[in-house]
Amino acid sequence: MSPAAAPAVDATEIRRRTRELLTAHPPATTDRTDFLKARFDAGLAWVHYPVGLGGLDAPRSLQQVVDAELAAADAPDNAPRRIGIGLGMAAPTILGFGTDEQKRRFLRPLWVGEEVWCQLFSEPGAGSDLAALATRAVRDGDDWVIDGQKVWTSSAHVARWAILIARTDPDLPKHRGISYFICDMTDPGVDVRPLRQITGEAEFNEVFLSGVRIPDSHRLGPVGDGWKVAQTTLMNERVSIGGSRIPREGGMIGPVSQTWRNRPDLRTHDTHQRLLTLWVEAEVARLTGERLRQQLVAGQPGPEGSGMKLAFARLNQQISGLEVELLGDEGLLYGDWTMVRPELVDFTGRDAGYRYLRSKGNSIEGGTSEVLLNIVAERVLGLPAEPRNDKDVAWKDLSR
Amino acid sequence: MTAPTQPPAATPEQPSATPDLLYTQDEEDLRSAVRALLADRADAPTVIAATESDTPYDPRLWEALATGIGAAGLLVPEKLGGQGASHREAAVVLEELGRSVAPAPYLTSSVVATETLLALARDGGPAAALLAELASGARTAVLAVPFATPPSGARAALTSLDGTVRGVADAAVADVLLVPTAEGLYAVEATAPGVVVEPLVPLDLTRPLATLTLSGATGTLLADADASTTAVRRGLLAGAGLLASEQLGIAEWCLTETVRYTRERHQFNRPVGSFQSLKHRMAQLWLEVVSARAAARNAADALATGSPDAPLAVAVAQAYCSGVAVHAAEECVQLHGGIGMTWEHPAHLYLKRAKADSIAYGSAGTHREAVAELAELPAP
Repeated sequence: MSPAAAPAVDATEIRRRTRELLTAHPPATTDRTDFLKARFDAGLAWVHYPVGLGGLDAPRSLQQVVDAELAAADAPDNAPRRIGIGLGMAAPTILGFGTDEQKRRFLRPLWVGEEVWCQLFSEPGAGSDLAALATRAVRDGDDWVIDGQKVWTSSAHVARWAILIARTDPDLPKHRGISYFICDMTDPGVDVRPLRQITGEAEFNEVFLSGVRIPDSHRLGPVGDGWKVAQTTLMNERVSIGGSRIPREGGMIGPVSQTWRNRPDLRTHDTHQRLLTLWVEAEVARLTGERLRQQLVAGQPGPEGSGMKLAFARLNQQISGLEVELLGDEGLLYGDWTMVRPELVDFTGRDAGYRYLRSKGNSIEGGTSEVLLNIVAERVLGLPAEPRNDKDVAWKDLSR
Repeated sequence: MTAPTQPPAATPEQPSATPDLLYTQDEEDLRSAVRALLADRADAPTVIAATESDTPYDPRLWEALATGIGAAGLLVPEKLGGQGASHREAAVVLEELGRSVAPAPYLTSSVVATETLLALARDGGPAAALLAELASGARTAVLAVPFATPPSGARAALTSLDGTVRGVADAAVADVLLVPTAEGLYAVEATAPGVVVEPLVPLDLTRPLATLTLSGATGTLLADADASTTAVRRGLLAGAGLLASEQLGIAEWCLTETVRYTRERHQFNRPVGSFQSLKHRMAQLWLEVVSARAAARNAADALATGSPDAPLAVAVAQAYCSGVAVHAAEECVQLHGGIGMTWEHPAHLYLKRAKADSIAYGSAGTHREAVAELAELPAP
């Protein structure tokens, strides 16, 4: 397992290793999970991760060499959208703060997709003000005992593990008394209930934690450092945009533009003007994302990323709203209100009414637009923070 | 965001190549030179004082910009007497001119008139000779069309060198007038008999307008009617596309200045910039400026590379950036409070320039109509 003897890894070497993997485990005749495990063990899962943990300590940009070779060979992937929380949030946090044993135990089944992860952060009383969270973790021998309630938890009903933040010291100010844990979702004290939303389905859950026992060996980072650890998780949540090129009309503007072209009977002057305005804004948002991508490739990451989520949230809402209105009679109908618990969120695959309702969440999930505007104002523009009265007060003395 | 799931048939025409939306080191060096010159010769009090004189133009500033830095010849190939650069570099010059709102006939002469002549200068002749003079910065020329003319309005309005053209930008400072007529495109000396250039009172004092009256004037015929229309359209397309970079510069200045002011200005015992209602407005402007930069760079790159996507890139940039510059300037006035309403503070110069720019070379609505055609989203 020692990486000491590893040769310098460049694009040529990575291509050679990828072809070696494909020869030893031909995708056509290899079980999907076996192939993914072999790929992980060859260091070709995420090449920028360390040797022995699915990577080769190589530059992140070389991942595209692996992906292109594997796509050409029709190799299976790990269905990244299905395990997005694990890949995008749990993995970088475990890599950054986990012990060697935790990294070895969790990263491989996470990446392969054998173990799905969810995130137990938000609470009914701690949304935008996440640091106010009230779920308690009390030390009991080698374990921590968890009591509290979490909410907006996607994938909780299929998850094997969760990343969890809980309060370990209510006598400290709110940011300082939090610790970060890995929670076993099969613990009998974990109760996952579907949370039906405005679309009719239950994409999220509420999760009740009653006397859940977590061994101290499943703590990530020092006791009381949970807020700092959580920043890594949340930063990775917002970085995900900008990785790949978006085609023109690639987002929600695509379906409504096609409807416009295919259905002359629906056209009115008013909807035409609004469609053109939104088409231009969607095209500019696409270009802004492309410029951000070029900056990242050139090694000049800009602060633009924090703005992209704001732009897309507003655009998705306005475009889908226009689309429902454009459809007229048909806009009065809705595809299906049946309460289901989908494993994946599909933003554009369903009817306009669904898109309209689901996109209302775009300005709430992953940081509300109001909070993101504060972040842009303070961190990008350097505007002064609002005066606060909650930073130096013990958590237990805060009003709620 | 998740990947969209769309049938391949729904994919519209895609850009032919990925545009380069960043700035090169050469472009950044050019920016530094132009910014230093403008800081030296065109600070706000100087510009305000100049707008109250007979002519707001500073000949020494123009000479340093056009000839010293060589900005006048950026679009012109070296063999035709220019710098052999492109619209990408000219766009950077216009960002800086937008940031300072200095009066200079750069957009009108070094972009629109120059680009019009570039379409006609292939075989030498009078167009090439005039082009070389413009590229060197020795002379200036303007296209004798109303400043509001969009690229789609390139067809000549005059039948011959007789008649009136209202609202010609920078005509007062131009040595040569390029006059599209039904007979073709003429180059007319501004001082020739039968030419009267009468200044108007413009909304934007930093870009003077004039009415041009021709009665029995004579000039040099540069192109026949068809070639004229094509050349004028090309000139106006470049003008509209690079105007987006000027608008970006205006918006950037307005945002930077508003952030600076609201951090310093105290009311209610705290900086007014700490109030969330103001912060959100400035954060929203920042997002618009970031987006305008992508749209403006895309238009400049499409023009520079002669991309078939250029007409759409220009229409998108104009449809978007006009509103951003106006919004930024309006917010700048409002968030400065009373001081923003004064003649002494330069905010009004930016508001007037932004509002005038939103009409120049076609309004946002006119450019959205172009988008409707180019993106196949037809009107009812």
